[in-house]
Amino acid sequence: MKAKFLVPLVLFLVLAGFLGLGLTLNPRLVPSPLIDKPAPEFRLSQLENPDGYVSLADMRGKVWLLNIWASWCAACLQEHPVLIDLARQQVVPIVGLNYKDGRDDAIGWLHKHGDPYTTSVMDADGRVGIDYGVYGVPETFLIDQAGMIRYKHIGPVTPEAVRDLILPKIAELKRAG
Amino acid sequence: MRVDLMHRVTVSAVLALFLSLALLVGAAPGVLAQAPQRGGAAELLAADPVLEERVTELSHKLRCLVCQNQSIAESNAPLAVDLRNQVREQLAAGKSEDQVIDYLVARYGDFVLYLPPVNGITLLLWVGPGLLLFSGVGWLALRLRGRADEPASAALNNDQRNRARALLDGAPLPPEEPRS
Repeated sequence: MKAKFLVPLVLFLVLAGFLGLGLTLNPRLVPSPLIDKPAPEFRLSQLENPDGYVSLADMRGKVWLLNIWASWCAACLQEHPVLIDLARQQVVPIVGLNYKDGRDDAIGWLHKHGDPYTTSVMDADGRVGIDYGVYGVPETFLIDQAGMIRYKHIGPVTPEAVRDLILPKIAELKRAG
Repeated sequence: MRVDLMHRVTVSAVLALFLSLALLVGAAPGVLAQAPQRGGAAELLAADPVLEERVTELSHKLRCLVCQNQSIAESNAPLAVDLRNQVREQLAAGKSEDQVIDYLVARYGDFVLYLPPVNGITLLLWVGPGLLLFSGVGWLALRLRGRADEPASAALNNDQRNRARALLDGAPLPPEEPRS
């Protein structure tokens, strides 16, 4: 009972511990409820070929990345070299979902900065983006052979994320498939 | 004395409970109604004011994922505008409020709801304040009861009483008796 005076101190430390932990969390990261769920259907016009369409069904049987990008998005420029590098390794097809962008702006941006995408499709009104729960650009989805979303990366893809998360997950999915 | 004390504790507990309930009830609609209709009013382009009313009402319950402390009714972030349009479109197509909410929760998770649902993860959030209140009141009641049971130790002996009187009268202090 002697140590009773320590009770407020202990309570304070517990509270401070929780608050401190809270400071390390990023409130911008909203976990997607779509992980391990089927990827939403889409059928969109190709960026450089308006009459050609790509749909979810076209990607069936492949492990692939869906990268949401836009020419107006500064953070996309930041992840761009990482995507270019990933594309060079030819691990998986990378489909670009060009989000709420102008066709000419988007094509110009790819010509200027390089094109890591197997193909890019246009989501001009952001409707497919909403279906995928996109709330910021860039976001990247890893989708497996059966069309299930296996991973979502929010914000620019970093070399560390590719090395430690995305590539191991791809390898795992390819083994399982 | 004892009964009187317990009575006072009970009265304060009930008062505290009412006060917190009043705060809860008073605060919740106040928060929701902040900056009322701002986004909605600017967009009253739709021909159907009844529909627009429903869109605005529902939009106030949905969190904007870009500016996270605003509802999509209050935010003018492009995504909030898109989501409002989705809400309008789906309501116009005859979907119920619940169906629209389910649609958005399936894509953005419970986070999109301004009022979090009661489930395993949010249970502590919902019952926590009540739990804190009741444990605090209980702790207080126990303590006060314990104090009432203590023997009155404040009684003074004759010598102390004399010293106190002397102090009050401003007279010179009688010598203090050494304590044992």
